[in-house]
Amino acid sequence: MVKDNLALYIEHLSFTYPDQTSKSLSDINLKINEGETFGLLGPNGAGKTTLMSILTGLIHFHEGSVKLFGNEIKNKDKALNKLFGFVPQDFSFYQELSPKENLEFFGAWAGLSRAETKKRTDELLKIIGLTEVKDKPVMQFSGGMKRRVNLAIGVIHQPRILFLDEPTVGVDVQSRHAIISYLKELNEKGTTLIYTSHQLNEAELLCDRIALIDEGRIIANDVLANLLSFHNENGLEGLFLKLTGKAYRD
Amino acid sequence: MFLMPIILVIVITSLQASTFELVNENKIQVIVCNRDSGEISNQFIKAITNAGLSAITEVPKQFTPEQVTNEMHKKDALVAIDIPADFSIKITEKAKSISSKALSDLGIDSTSSEYTIGESVKLYYNPVLQQSYLRSINGALLSALELVQSKQILNTIYLSLNDSKLPAALEKDILENRVKIDEIPVSKSGNKNVPNATQHNIPAWTIFAMFFVVTSLGSGVVREKLSGSFIRLKTLPTNYLLSLLSKQITYIGICLLQVAVIFSIGVLLFPFLGLPALHLPDDLFSLLVVSFFSGWCAVSYAICIGVYAKSQEQANGFGAVSIVILAALGGILVPSFAMPDSFRILMKLSPLHWCLESYYELFLEGGNSVDVFKNVLPIIAITIGIQLLTLFKLQKNQII
Repeated sequence: MVKDNLALYIEHLSFTYPDQTSKSLSDINLKINEGETFGLLGPNGAGKTTLMSILTGLIHFHEGSVKLFGNEIKNKDKALNKLFGFVPQDFSFYQELSPKENLEFFGAWAGLSRAETKKRTDELLKIIGLTEVKDKPVMQFSGGMKRRVNLAIGVIHQPRILFLDEPTVGVDVQSRHAIISYLKELNEKGTTLIYTSHQLNEAELLCDRIALIDEGRIIANDVLANLLSFHNENGLEGLFLKLTGKAYRD
Repeated sequence: MFLMPIILVIVITSLQASTFELVNENKIQVIVCNRDSGEISNQFIKAITNAGLSAITEVPKQFTPEQVTNEMHKKDALVAIDIPADFSIKITEKAKSISSKALSDLGIDSTSSEYTIGESVKLYYNPVLQQSYLRSINGALLSALELVQSKQILNTIYLSLNDSKLPAALEKDILENRVKIDEIPVSKSGNKNVPNATQHNIPAWTIFAMFFVVTSLGSGVVREKLSGSFIRLKTLPTNYLLSLLSKQITYIGICLLQVAVIFSIGVLLFPFLGLPALHLPDDLFSLLVVSFFSGWCAVSYAICIGVYAKSQEQANGFGAVSIVILAALGGILVPSFAMPDSFRILMKLSPLHWCLESYYELFLEGGNSVDVFKNVLPIIAITIGIQLLTLFKLQKNQII
């Protein structure tokens, strides 16, 4: 496995779904440094989820190159999956199991030893505030509690880079605050965060750098201050509407 | 899902055992309307009773055919026998005619007489009665009829020759001391145990249960595939094949446990339920081998359905119906020897057929491990084929 300070290096990535003729992603080029918090923003159907799916190996691509810490992911080396964690937008766990059982199951699946799994499970249950209900089935939980479980499973194996697809959608203020605080803590400890969301104020708060994606292309990519200054805007929402337009996308 | 197949095996075996008794011990309710006043019809009824149709209820001879059939419905009888009024006369005429012809052939002077065929004995039956049972009853009636005719002919000839009635002892010697037919099961182990309903049904329905119980696995694979947990599994370092392998090991364990429970019920519990006990084969290792490969085949089939199905409803529906079809083709619902030629090729494609053949080899035929292996080999081949189909789909969908 290659060592590289670049957490993610995407070169000329294009992708077309088998049943479509137009490209869903077109000539994407991105460099994300290790330890960075990177926001990938865009309207619905812009290509964010497709890009996330490619980066996490859910979709296989042929055009272009994606390197994770210097390792080409096109080679489908499963060992690379240890480097990243993924927090999908949908709840990605077994609803009939408890948070403890889910964490233990996915910990084992991530290749942790029994002792490591137990240690990380106890730690994470405490961090996400679910120790008291660790043995209750997740299906009985509120949306916010489920989001926290979703996040905890994504970081059980302490990945170097974490892909977050709208991690706070549909949660209350308290859960959002807890999730964002934990993500900041993770980032301070060195975890690279790649984050997509429609919560623009949250992105402003969390991200070092932001890329706007629309119709499968990167249309802006810089630190927020530079972007606002270049486009003569006061906030991210104004910039977003200026670059992507006001027309409905879905 | 674990208990239901066990209940199924108990219920089916109990029903099959009672059907076996019904046919072989003739416990079917029979209505008899004897319109004849002669002695021969009484002998006929007695012969029917001796042939095993013991549950006979006689109705008055004045009954119309409608009243006889109404009585069938009233008494829940499946069969009614209507003996015509000229029954004794016609049999006597026939006996006299045959007797005179026989004596003439021997050069003994005898008054020749002709006979005409009389009205037939009518056998009314409820349409729910299956053809095999009807034939069994018909056979008993023909046998009884032949007996009374033979007796009458014999008596007539004896009377013509000796001017006296046939002595009862001689009549009994001639008519009743027949050559018996011994039914001897021919097993490869030389075991002479007579197979019973339990010995046939428990292995057959255990296989059905094994395949049926794992349909929940197919549904579970679809549920996992459609839920977010599948996305998570795909993004983690461990290959999804390991997930499928662990599912297979777990479910094979469940299948073997289920087999052990069903066989134990057959051996230990059935005698207390008034059912014949299950006799396990001597070669227990081969029994374990057959059970393991049958279970593996069932589990592989369920996973394959789960991988190809697009919804849980599709997996459940297709899984359940296909297993019933494969069971029918495989000889579990209908004996394989009774299948039409066109179905025999399809039968060989059903994994349940080979599982059943393997179990029957052990439970009924007393085969050794080499005999069993010949039937296990196709199970392994079918299982590998199913696994390859599963891998093909997983690779096509970029899951592995």
